[in-house]
Amino acid sequence: MSAPLSLSDTSEEESATRGVRISSAASPARRRALAEALAAWTLAGPAVFFLLVLFFLPVLGVFVIALTDWQFGARSLSFIGLANFRQVFADAVFRASLLNTVVYVLIVVPGTVILALLIALLIESGKSCRSFYRAVHFLPFMATLTAMAIAWEALLHPTIGLVNQALAGLGLPTANWLRDENTALPVLAVIGIWQNLGYAMVLFLAGLKGIPQDLYDAADVDGADLWLDRLRTVTLPMLGPVSMFVVIVVALRAFESFDTVKVLTQGGPGHASEVLLYTLYRESFEYLRTGYGAAVAVVFLAIVVTLTLVQVRFMDRKVHYQ
Amino acid sequence: MSATTSTSRLSPPAAILRHAVLLATGALILVPFVWMASLSVKPPGEIFRASFSFWPAQFYGVENYTKAMTEVPLPRYMGNGLVVCVLILGVQILVCAPCAYALAKLHFLGRDLLFGLVLVGLLLPHQVLSLPLFILGYQLGILNTYAALVFPYVVSPFGIFLFRQFFKTIPDDVVHAARLDGLSEIAIVWKIMVPMALPAVVAFSIFSVVSHWNDLFWPLIAVRDQSLMPPPLGIMAFKNEEAGNDYGPLMAASTLVVLPLLIAFLAAQKWFVEGLTGGAVK
Repeated sequence: MSAPLSLSDTSEEESATRGVRISSAASPARRRALAEALAAWTLAGPAVFFLLVLFFLPVLGVFVIALTDWQFGARSLSFIGLANFRQVFADAVFRASLLNTVVYVLIVVPGTVILALLIALLIESGKSCRSFYRAVHFLPFMATLTAMAIAWEALLHPTIGLVNQALAGLGLPTANWLRDENTALPVLAVIGIWQNLGYAMVLFLAGLKGIPQDLYDAADVDGADLWLDRLRTVTLPMLGPVSMFVVIVVALRAFESFDTVKVLTQGGPGHASEVLLYTLYRESFEYLRTGYGAAVAVVFLAIVVTLTLVQVRFMDRKVHYQ
Repeated sequence: MSATTSTSRLSPPAAILRHAVLLATGALILVPFVWMASLSVKPPGEIFRASFSFWPAQFYGVENYTKAMTEVPLPRYMGNGLVVCVLILGVQILVCAPCAYALAKLHFLGRDLLFGLVLVGLLLPHQVLSLPLFILGYQLGILNTYAALVFPYVVSPFGIFLFRQFFKTIPDDVVHAARLDGLSEIAIVWKIMVPMALPAVVAFSIFSVVSHWNDLFWPLIAVRDQSLMPPPLGIMAFKNEEAGNDYGPLMAASTLVVLPLLIAFLAAQKWFVEGLTGGAVK
């Protein structure tokens, strides 16, 4: 397991270019270098063009639009500075959305990470049926969430749903899960845990495989021969960096949840299950409040980029334990 | 080579406990799938009588699935999903592989800058770009067409990154030998690098197809016509039309939307796990 984002191979190439510079203008080496650069830019050209047009101009665009009062379709616009951001943060609905998103993430992340770690440890603790258990737990991660949300709605149906039937059968109180403002968001979070569990589990399984066997042998010599001792002295400490990584990856996915909200609650009841991405979608594309929507997008981007940078920093520093 | 959490074998009670817990969590994970499949073969009467039984007293699968296929254009949705996924994947490989080769094997001014751009692209969440991309699509006059569903994804920073990492592991000698054989740079990409990087291509293909088959956010913005909807958008429209009155066909439609990837996953589990988590585990 190594950091996916690392720039390591710069110096060798720089010195190569410098070497070329020194040689005389007409030398074959220089001509070859020019030909190589030309070939490289030709090969990379389409990708560069599309990266600029489809990623970097749009990001710039979002920032610019966020500073205007533009509404989609309007012929004129004027720059209004940070007024959109002031409006966004003064808006009770946006504040509710931000708070809901944080609550959602704070349920999904620990729920997913702890359950995934337990399941991964259990799977790795024996030899039989490993790939079967892995497949079963991974299934929700790749199943179409829109379709599975519809299945969840049937499960959670107030009268004919399996959940309420089972609860009633056990003599427990039932609820109209998706229409009650106290339960809508936690229930969506449970679906989030259900969906991301397998992903986190696979990351933990990879982390477990990366723990060198000698550490277990050393622990054995030191008298840690119970499974629990080995878990405490070797496995969990060695999983530290992976766990940090899993926490951030799952948090990013939780911040970006949209499908279940759109299909199941539309942010309701009231605004009890409104989350950031849903607010972004509704303001931008249903209400066509373009400037306001762009400001929400900027806030969302700031959160996601901050989390990612924390992850990259952490990966660069800590993950190279082998 | 299997380094495991425990060096010694589990005691029999511990092994039984392991299976018991994993079977229980696995069963819970599968409940939504099982319930969906069960409702998809039940008649309305049985669905609303609310029973625990998995198998219906009266098998109503033919009626429900026929209704799902005919009352809404579900085959059309699935066809749209297939067309969009294939188009996106094809263009992505066409655009990303040459760029990845340049980044991995060629020396040129601006290479680090370009790689930096790719890394920044990698961390941008696509939903943030949706507003300007929507405006771009509008300006180009391609909203509400297949092109609208495809164009934001013609380049994939993740694809470039993944291919570059893999190409770097291929020895330079291979490239030199190919040049001596008279192959052009572009021919080296398609005849040498891509075939040698087949595992990366497969992993990326799975990642790309799964992401775009399952995507709801962008299609919701990009198309309005029912005839252009990919499966998630189509099934959401179906649900809104039904308003929860006709569960059987709706569950049949959901099952059919989930099924293709599910079958592919069960057939190639290892590849799927690698493809969908590759960005993180590599």
